[in-house]
Amino acid sequence: MNVRTLLVVLLFLFPVASWAQGYADLGGSAEGFDVPQRGYQFDFPKDHGPHPSYRIEWWYLTANLQGADGRDYGIQWTLFRSALKPAETQSWQSPQLWMGHAAVTTPDTHYFAERLSRGGIGQAGVTAQPFEAWIDEWRMAGLDFDALTLSANGANFGYNLSLNAQDPLVFHGDAGYSVKSADGQASYYYSQPSYAVEGVLHLPEGDVAVTGEGWLDREWSSQPLASDQSGWDWFSLSFEDGTKLMAFRLRGGRGDFTSATWIDAEGTAVALPDGSASFTSLETARVAGRDVPVQWRVTLPDRGVDVEVSALTPNAWMATRFEYWEGPVTVSGSHKGRGYLEMTGY
Amino acid sequence: MTAAIVQALLSHWRTHRLLLATLLIGIALATGLWSAVQAINAEARASYAQANAQLALGQFDELRDPAGDIPLSRYVDLRRAGWQVAAVLEGSYRVGGRNLRLMGVDMVAYPALPAVIDAEQSTNPPDPADILTAPGRLLVSPDLAPLLREQNALPPILTTTALPSDVILTDIGVAETLLNKPGAISRLVVLPDQPHVLPPLSEIAPELERVGPASQIDTAQLTDSFHLNLSAFGLLSFAVGLFIVHGTVGLAFAQRRGMIRTLRALGVSIRRLVWLILAELTLLALIGGALGLVLGFFLAGALLPDVAATLRGLYGAPVTGQMSLQPEWALAGLAMAVFGTLLASGHALWRLSQLPLLAGPGLQAWRSSGSRRGFTGIAGFALIVGGVVIYLSFGGLIAGFILLGGLLTGAALLLPLLLSFAISQLARTAQGPVAQWVWADMRAQLPGLSLALMALLLALAANIGVGTMVSSFRLTFVGWLDQRLTSELYVTATDNQQGREVSDWLRPQVDAILPIRSVELEHETGPLFLYGVVDDPVYRQNWPLIASASDVWDKTMAGNAVLINEQLARRANLWPGDDLQFSPARALKIAGVYSDYGNPTGQAIVSMQQLNLISPGVETRRFGIRMDPGRAAEMAQTLRTRFDLPRQAVVQQAAMKAQSLAIFEKTFVVTSALNVLTLGVAGFAILTSLLTLWTQRLPQIAPVWALGLNRAQLSRLELLRSVLLAALTACLALPLGLVLAWVLLTVINVQAFGWRLPMYVFPWDWIVLLLLTLLAAMIAAALPALRMLRLPPADLLKVFANER
Repeated sequence: MNVRTLLVVLLFLFPVASWAQGYADLGGSAEGFDVPQRGYQFDFPKDHGPHPSYRIEWWYLTANLQGADGRDYGIQWTLFRSALKPAETQSWQSPQLWMGHAAVTTPDTHYFAERLSRGGIGQAGVTAQPFEAWIDEWRMAGLDFDALTLSANGANFGYNLSLNAQDPLVFHGDAGYSVKSADGQASYYYSQPSYAVEGVLHLPEGDVAVTGEGWLDREWSSQPLASDQSGWDWFSLSFEDGTKLMAFRLRGGRGDFTSATWIDAEGTAVALPDGSASFTSLETARVAGRDVPVQWRVTLPDRGVDVEVSALTPNAWMATRFEYWEGPVTVSGSHKGRGYLEMTGY
Repeated sequence: MTAAIVQALLSHWRTHRLLLATLLIGIALATGLWSAVQAINAEARASYAQANAQLALGQFDELRDPAGDIPLSRYVDLRRAGWQVAAVLEGSYRVGGRNLRLMGVDMVAYPALPAVIDAEQSTNPPDPADILTAPGRLLVSPDLAPLLREQNALPPILTTTALPSDVILTDIGVAETLLNKPGAISRLVVLPDQPHVLPPLSEIAPELERVGPASQIDTAQLTDSFHLNLSAFGLLSFAVGLFIVHGTVGLAFAQRRGMIRTLRALGVSIRRLVWLILAELTLLALIGGALGLVLGFFLAGALLPDVAATLRGLYGAPVTGQMSLQPEWALAGLAMAVFGTLLASGHALWRLSQLPLLAGPGLQAWRSSGSRRGFTGIAGFALIVGGVVIYLSFGGLIAGFILLGGLLTGAALLLPLLLSFAISQLARTAQGPVAQWVWADMRAQLPGLSLALMALLLALAANIGVGTMVSSFRLTFVGWLDQRLTSELYVTATDNQQGREVSDWLRPQVDAILPIRSVELEHETGPLFLYGVVDDPVYRQNWPLIASASDVWDKTMAGNAVLINEQLARRANLWPGDDLQFSPARALKIAGVYSDYGNPTGQAIVSMQQLNLISPGVETRRFGIRMDPGRAAEMAQTLRTRFDLPRQAVVQQAAMKAQSLAIFEKTFVVTSALNVLTLGVAGFAILTSLLTLWTQRLPQIAPVWALGLNRAQLSRLELLRSVLLAALTACLALPLGLVLAWVLLTVINVQAFGWRLPMYVFPWDWIVLLLLTLLAAMIAAALPALRMLRLPPADLLKVFANER
């Protein structure tokens, strides 16, 4: 374990630290950081940029793509920001740390890469206008948030894509104030769930032209999880009828906490409270030495949703410094469609 | 039966305790000196390897800017082009009079270092936030921690055993503050995992050079020659120690001849006897070897701090001054002891196995004959010629040592022949029967003493040779320091800006300000430090040139030529008139070569304008200041207070000279110590040889005594013989020592350090050495002489009574 691993465990996804290392209090107290407040008025484009006074923040893009070769693909592009202190300085000693994750998932293989950087020197960061989020040569940038180009490279893969927003932003929870536990831990959370995507994947077997649909999550907070929460299962599903569903379950020692957002075909979002959605693991696969659920039954009785969600490949394990499962899924049952699934804590 | 034989064999040592002690001491000395040198070398090498591992040096390619530091923006350019590189900023950092290496790495990107892992796995792991953000943390070894904790301005200290003792490891953000180099990077480590597409370096940062691990400076390579020198000395000591073993084993066999004859008469086979004696010798070798290991361990422990200081001073090599005991070392030492003892006893053992059963072997059975002497003489001559031929045909440091080895062993083998010749010449001048007897007797004793005298010859030659080298070096070095350190004050400003302020302020008050600017370049022979100087009479008058073209300074100052140091000249075989290639596009004619002692790397001097062309933007932080020496101390103090400079940033010439000399002295402490020890061992060898001969002396002396010489006269003659032989040997050792010095200065030094020194001779030292030798010979002969004096006449009479 080196500084980087420790940093990741301690800071980026610190709920993990709370079970593994007993840093339970880190998730609870905010130590001088700002804390999300109900009723916050978002200010765009400024809020597309970073919020250094909050402990943790991400720009999280996933996309379901079809190749010219007829195969299904998924890609991930994520930039995490984590603050050691609620400040920023223009030097190596900046307390802002950045971590990038990129992945391409094919029906049989999962390629991924990771980058780390600190803020303050220009190696990684985000500017709101014109929008640019970058770490090393990985970039998500455009004149504004609605039209972006996206690129990333790993040792054996890469991609260059363009993203064009089809619908307005969606605010989760109470107008973007997303509660994460019964104790009231919360984050600011909004999404752009309908980017039209096209571009090229660079794979060892050659370049593949792709088109598809992307989903971008923006979230920042200083204390997102409760101390008993051990991991989460997060779904973003796009159905063929144009409706979409974001739903997650935080698994806790005192019971699960769920949350969901229903987005209709016009892009109007409705937040659904804890307990509205239910999640049942139907089948697990042995991935990276763990049993990971790769087939789920997700129901949302309010909206008549009762679907089976299956991984495109069980193999979408992110063996990065902090390990988790992130991959494309197909949906069948009451609604048909595609989406992305993220699971941590297995 | 075996038990009885063993008992009989061992009974000898009970009655000859002194002999036993001598044998064990001989083995112990040989093993001890050899093992000490091995331990020192092993310790130093282990330190280098450990330091490389602890700092992850020499594992990855690196990017460097030949013109100096890399700006932070370049790092970001490379990163944003996809290059996975980790930044390192390093420099020397002075704390409490010690020069430490401060290594600042980007803790987020640099490969995992043992020290960091160690700190994180400690019971009280540091918070990453503390390491990465101000004030940061310093990681140091436990022995450095107290010194740093005394300093007020430093960040908190974390200790780890996984760091060399003179390294401060910290985050690059802390290093740029401590080194006062904000935004500067010394080198970029190219990490192993790179993306699948990467734009070429020439498109992003054309000024950077990619350096492979093989061509990075390696301490182990730099110091190889130093360790080879030590090893050669260790081997010499070992050889001299073996002479003692040879002498005592020969004596023991001679004394036990009667017993062996009796045992064989009783039916013990010679085979069995040889095996048992072999076992006995092995046992003795193990005991002596174990004693030697203890001796070697303490000797190495005593010498190591000086060696460590030398290596740090001369090469900047990280060596701890502490010894650790390794099992391999002990096993190797014992093996050497057994091997050496058997080697030294082989001759005697072989003779024993060849002895006829009942032959009452006369003394001559243990002697070498005249024809043998001729044979060893030829072998000696062949060795000398062989060494010369090998050196001439191969060259290089190893061949240099082979030349040296051939000269020394060859001369040692020639010694009996030469002594015998000298004695026979002197014998002709003898007047009267007693004198004639003395010379004849001396010649008769020669074979028995020749090995001890060989040891003496080697020790004396080594003493003269090494002494001459060290003294010549010292004389040259002091003179060279006077030439090189011409400025009264040397100032190092914290940055370019302050450098300008200091020189502006000084200009009206002093005679001259000589800026010193340098950059590190890569040359095919290794790192090359390029200096820029301004035209000042001080260079023209004082700079120590050893080879130069015409108008050397005019050409250099006009920017048309370059001066290089001797190390570079010899390594790359470049001399005045040749071109020095700085880069594929740039070369300058070499106008001169200057001596540059104590510096392991290549160096070159150009005019300041030329330096600006080769490496634009080099900082000017260092200055030499010429002024009235009487005001230097006062000016140094004023500068320190006015510009808030630390003590070590303003150095007076005298202090600098003292420091350089101190490093120099330490360099040769080990050499001198081994030198003295070798001489002591040689004296001891003479004593053992004389004691060996003593048992065989009686039948020769008894008739002379019977003819009327009394015991007092005989014991005086005994002393005289020893002293005369030692004196003759010393006379032969002098030319050998001078040849040795010449080889050391013109062959070994050039190969090992890259410089050639003029040879100076010190006759006064030789006289002192001669007197010491005579004294040693007299002391060695004193014991036999005393025995002679106290010998009961009855014993002398017994010689005539039986056949012995």
